[in-house]
Amino acid sequence: MTKQHANWSPYDNNGGTCVAIAGSDYCVIAADTRMSTGYSILSRDYSKIHKLADKAVLSSSGFQADVKALQKVLKSRHLIYQHQHNKQMSCPAMAQLLSNTLYFKRFFPYYAFNVLGGLDEEGKGCVFTYDAVGSYERVGYGAQGSGSTLIMPFLDNQLKSPSPLLLPKQDSNTPLSEAEAVDLVKTVFASATERDIYTGDKLEIMILKADGIKTELMDLRKD
Amino acid sequence: MTFTIPIENGDAVKIAEAESQRTLYPYVTGTSIVAIKYKDGVLMASDMGGSYGSTLRYKNIERMKAIGKHSLLGASGEISDFQEILRYLDELTLNDNMWDDGNSLGPKEIHNYLTRVMYNRRNKFNPLWNTLVLGGVKNGKSYLGMVSMIGVSFEDDHVATGFGNHLARPILRDEWHADLSFEDGVKLLEKCMRVLLYRDRSAINKLQIAKITEEGVTVSQPYSLKTFWEYSSFHNPTASAEGSW
Repeated sequence: MTKQHANWSPYDNNGGTCVAIAGSDYCVIAADTRMSTGYSILSRDYSKIHKLADKAVLSSSGFQADVKALQKVLKSRHLIYQHQHNKQMSCPAMAQLLSNTLYFKRFFPYYAFNVLGGLDEEGKGCVFTYDAVGSYERVGYGAQGSGSTLIMPFLDNQLKSPSPLLLPKQDSNTPLSEAEAVDLVKTVFASATERDIYTGDKLEIMILKADGIKTELMDLRKD
Repeated sequence: MTFTIPIENGDAVKIAEAESQRTLYPYVTGTSIVAIKYKDGVLMASDMGGSYGSTLRYKNIERMKAIGKHSLLGASGEISDFQEILRYLDELTLNDNMWDDGNSLGPKEIHNYLTRVMYNRRNKFNPLWNTLVLGGVKNGKSYLGMVSMIGVSFEDDHVATGFGNHLARPILRDEWHADLSFEDGVKLLEKCMRVLLYRDRSAINKLQIAKITEEGVTVSQPYSLKTFWEYSSFHNPTASAEGSW
């Protein structure tokens, strides 16, 4: 008898888009609040942004059950770190932890597409972009999820980040002000919502600065 | 997408036996559950059918059960897996009771527990083939959430499983509002259940509505909805297609 194959998939794509932009002393992390399955909407009010540490905020789209489990693992590892080191994890440290956690499940991956945003040890904005198995890179801005293909080229055009291949390494953070960056984020999401069926409902924006985190909500098209 | 796991020859027999114990497909299934938050708590509706493929095999299955003092669990999908989940929850609530410290598990905790159980079973490739709806009230706060068989979970003001997601949710999105009275809530649920009765072939006309408030859980006696089949087009259905039957 041939081996029976499962007729169910352990994965599902619950959709959504995440974006982050790093500035000179701030970081903007944004994601829509729609959770879908197939052609149905499960929730119009589901947050994809999670604060892991004071200076590190994770935004993930993809398979929501894996995203939730991933967050739980990172949250508990952060708690242990705080007990052992008597301080919060820095954003670059969290970035490495996230990469290792993802690769740990290399042969049954977390179907999570992550963008980690925060402030580095010098107080400058930092954004790390990931694939599902932990390959990561520090960038000046990033987009992941169902609308990423629509948003990324536009961000490339507007933020004109220098090539990462140039030597000496040039600063990839945007010189834009916080207000301009937030405005850009609102624009890209409004546009992505027009063409991506999995993006819409509401936009949640988190602005991370040295003195704290501010959250803003904006309505998007619900169709 | 199918996912195959490589096995070595030495353990082939043992693993083959283990494979045959994994869930491949559901056998006896329940159809949709629809639930809404209302003024005093949560209302949940389900029919009492258990289908065996296309046969309506069982017509007296209670697919909604009270959990502890504060929660109500409704399940669609494989009935035997639902019964297993009730056993897990019995153990959970029993152990919680044995602490005898006055604390009781609220709906948020039960929902979280169920999410972890469902996700864990999915990780082992042996899922509990259910979509669960968890509603409850604790300390004046209403809670309504859902978990799927692969561990996807969320909470909202109104939820529905299976066909309910496609047929009932749009009605709820249009007509639900905060602070519904009990009568309005029941009317809204009955509207959704009626649409499901007309359009879901696994639905039967014998339903229960459960109410959960700060005072506790009550599941109604089974009753049936009024339906209307006297549309004129039903009288002579082939009138516009001569020759068909």
